[in-house]
Amino acid sequence: MKSAEEIFQILKIEFGNSILGLDKDTPTEPIISVDPLQIHRVSKFLRDNPDLQFDSLMCLSGVDDANGNKVKNADGDELIEGGTLSVYYNLHSVSLKHKISLKVSTSRTEPKVESVENIWKSANWHEREAFDLLGIFFLNHPDLRRILMPYDWDEFTTEVSRHPLKKDYKNPEFYQGMKVPY
Amino acid sequence: MALKTEHMVLNMGPQHPSTHGVLRLELEIEGELVKKVTPHLGYLHRCFEKHAEAMQYNQVVPYTDRLDYLAAIGNNFGYALAVEKLLGIEVPERVEYIRVIMAELQRIASHLVAIGSNGADIGALTPFLYLFRDREHILSIIEETCGARMLYNYIWIGGLSHDIHPDFVRKTKEFCNYFKPTIVELDNLLSYNKIFIERTANIGVLPVDTAINFGSSGPTLRGSGIKFDLRRDDPYSIYDRFDFEIPVGKGLMGIVGDCWDRYYVRIREMEQSLRIIEQAIDHIPEGDVQSAIPKRIKPPKGTVYKRVENPRGELGYFIISDGTVNPFRVKVRAPSFVNLEVLGELCKGYLVADVIAILGSIDIVLGEVDR
Repeated sequence: MKSAEEIFQILKIEFGNSILGLDKDTPTEPIISVDPLQIHRVSKFLRDNPDLQFDSLMCLSGVDDANGNKVKNADGDELIEGGTLSVYYNLHSVSLKHKISLKVSTSRTEPKVESVENIWKSANWHEREAFDLLGIFFLNHPDLRRILMPYDWDEFTTEVSRHPLKKDYKNPEFYQGMKVPY
Repeated sequence: MALKTEHMVLNMGPQHPSTHGVLRLELEIEGELVKKVTPHLGYLHRCFEKHAEAMQYNQVVPYTDRLDYLAAIGNNFGYALAVEKLLGIEVPERVEYIRVIMAELQRIASHLVAIGSNGADIGALTPFLYLFRDREHILSIIEETCGARMLYNYIWIGGLSHDIHPDFVRKTKEFCNYFKPTIVELDNLLSYNKIFIERTANIGVLPVDTAINFGSSGPTLRGSGIKFDLRRDDPYSIYDRFDFEIPVGKGLMGIVGDCWDRYYVRIREMEQSLRIIEQAIDHIPEGDVQSAIPKRIKPPKGTVYKRVENPRGELGYFIISDGTVNPFRVKVRAPSFVNLEVLGELCKGYLVADVIAILGSIDIVLGEVDR
């Protein structure tokens, strides 16, 4: 069993600048920030290192940080320009019984994060969900389709109503001829 | 000349009685053999998480009922614990005891549906009716206390919506005494029934390492023989005070981790829930169940991931607070959503009829798969 501080030090020695920081000021597990294009290597290490053995991904959540500038487009919709989208990974080791959270942040305009699907299979659907609801693109994901929203949502809606969990999401008027706002 | 053959694609659902709601399974079959299963979800999607962002913290509680609607108390419980952790508040002893008793009653009620519908799916309709009769007792007990039968809105942040009914303790004890012999009856009626064993033993075997890698939890994971229960391994509330065992699959009728093991784990878990209730029911302290409810719920900035053992497995709430009265982000790690993912692995190489037995043994609730 290792504390978050120790795990952070182990990762820092192994990966250096790819590990961006440690946020201890949380009510539950401290959060380690990682480079979004190194997360696959870091995750593999976390799973396979005999001292860490993070064999289970409890949860993977995409978040719109909404930290960009608010601008208005031609239709008068308020949009967020710039800023970041984040993905949080909550890991747990069944054998060693310790926990840690990871966080990656990626640009809002071109959100790209490495997939960890081939490390923890449970990430498959969670990543599809984050792609579906936030538009985060997971590199090397084998089956990146929408999962909860209809597959043909894009065909019937505009740019501002692609991904509902984005903070500047607007309901489309119609979907397949059906009125959406009720 | 060799005959040219190809796989046939068969749609099971979305309107199919054994998919427990609106789930569509795209089966690729070769004769009767299943080669590939692709689940298509989202028919019940209502974007709970987006709704939650527009609500104040306490207003989210009724929405959580509608996730796993067969175990609504468990959903309330997890959400309340997560927000209490953000707020840093402690709840009175009386609240803790009532919460645990209610959650365990709910676990039994939920397992009764799981077991009953698992049997009904593969042809055993009688136990289903017996089990719904027993579930009725639990629903009545809870209804007397909080007025609702399925969607309770009972566990609030910092307390409970109502104190228990004066008859609650007596009726719960009566139920415990009534229910113990019916478990034996159920064992004789269904668990050791030859036809049921033929349909479930050695079917849909889930090895331990696959289960962990796919993030399975609850009876799906324990059926594979690993002793992992959040009530013991990551204790929350006051579960560390009670003495109970964690039943695991032992492969009594076939290979460890088959459908029968997952089914049997649920039956033995109901006995353990009764044990917890019996230990707690006589020790409910006096007090006011609403004394710790905050007037204004405005947690400091922070991130929390809190998980509880729901009847279907690990229910996690990932909540980000930005210091206002509305949650910035609420993500639900629904046990059914994660458990369903392993279905594709489980069904490979079995018959179409076995898909129904396997799906029943995973026990999904589409309300929380689709959210």
